[in-house]
Amino acid sequence: MKKIKKIKIKVNGKLKTVKEDIKLMNLVKTLKIPIKKVAIELNQEIINKIKLNKIVLKNGDKIEIVHFIGGG
Amino acid sequence: MKVDKLIVANKKFNSRLIVGTGKYRNMTECAKAIKLSGASIVTVAVRRVNIVNKKKPLLMDYIDPKKITYLPNTAGCFNSDEALRTLRLAREIGGWKLVKLEVLGDKKNLFPEMIETLKSTEILTKEGFSVMVYCNDDPLMAKRLENAGASAIMPLAAPIGSGLGILNKVNIKIIRSQTKLPLIIDAGLGQASDAAVAMELGCDGVLVNTAIAKAKKPFDMAVAFKNAVIAGRLSFISGRINKTLMGSPSSPIKGTI
Repeated sequence: MKKIKKIKIKVNGKLKTVKEDIKLMNLVKTLKIPIKKVAIELNQEIINKIKLNKIVLKNGDKIEIVHFIGGG
Repeated sequence: MKVDKLIVANKKFNSRLIVGTGKYRNMTECAKAIKLSGASIVTVAVRRVNIVNKKKPLLMDYIDPKKITYLPNTAGCFNSDEALRTLRLAREIGGWKLVKLEVLGDKKNLFPEMIETLKSTEILTKEGFSVMVYCNDDPLMAKRLENAGASAIMPLAAPIGSGLGILNKVNIKIIRSQTKLPLIIDAGLGQASDAAVAMELGCDGVLVNTAIAKAKKPFDMAVAFKNAVIAGRLSFISGRINKTLMGSPSSPIKGTI
């Protein structure tokens, strides 16, 4: 059986190991993120949510997922 | 009486009271206080989603952005780059273009870093944002923000969360006299009468968070602020009497026995 390769990424500052070739959309879905209520950055670049399914993650990628919280 | 609406960036709002959504004990309390305040606009912060605890309540589940205008804020940003990044993300969440810019310069007094604020205002305006700008109570800087394309000038009354009330009424009046832009007192109010004073100085609105959220009875304080803003505004547009040194009797002298 072929061994699945893993890559290391950072999501909201936390190190995560995921399988190689994972798409950003799959990551967001795995994390159960309500897509309509968030914005997503990949390596400090804002990602248009329509393109989530086209982006394949690479080792060392930094992802930020933000939403609105209470504030002044 | 004519309905007297707050107009910012060509949008009309029923209430002149803007409230923050921070510092409440929980989301339920926050949502109830906001409802009681009658606010049409609430400020919100942009922060990381908690990817570990997914059961954490979401603000949007308690305060419906379709019913109340979310005003994304850059609270916690200490330079232009952080503020721009935050507001571009806020816009991406769902098209928010009306935003509040707040670039702080000192972690203790929380005064605004005005050079970075001015720089950010110019860039955001060019990018199509309508920027309501938190600033110090300096008329010269307020003018520069206006020239840079700000949609509203939001001078502090006193340091954020201090509850000191309006410390420099003269400067607020000078800023009022020089601009037709919406002038909104932001930060430092402690009690409802402070809001009334702001409105009587001719401000178009006030932004309050801590004074409501941290009051012993936040719900009652929310109502107090709502009424104070209405009273202050009415008082301002009604035209106050002149101040005189000597008294003037309220009852006619003629006919006294």
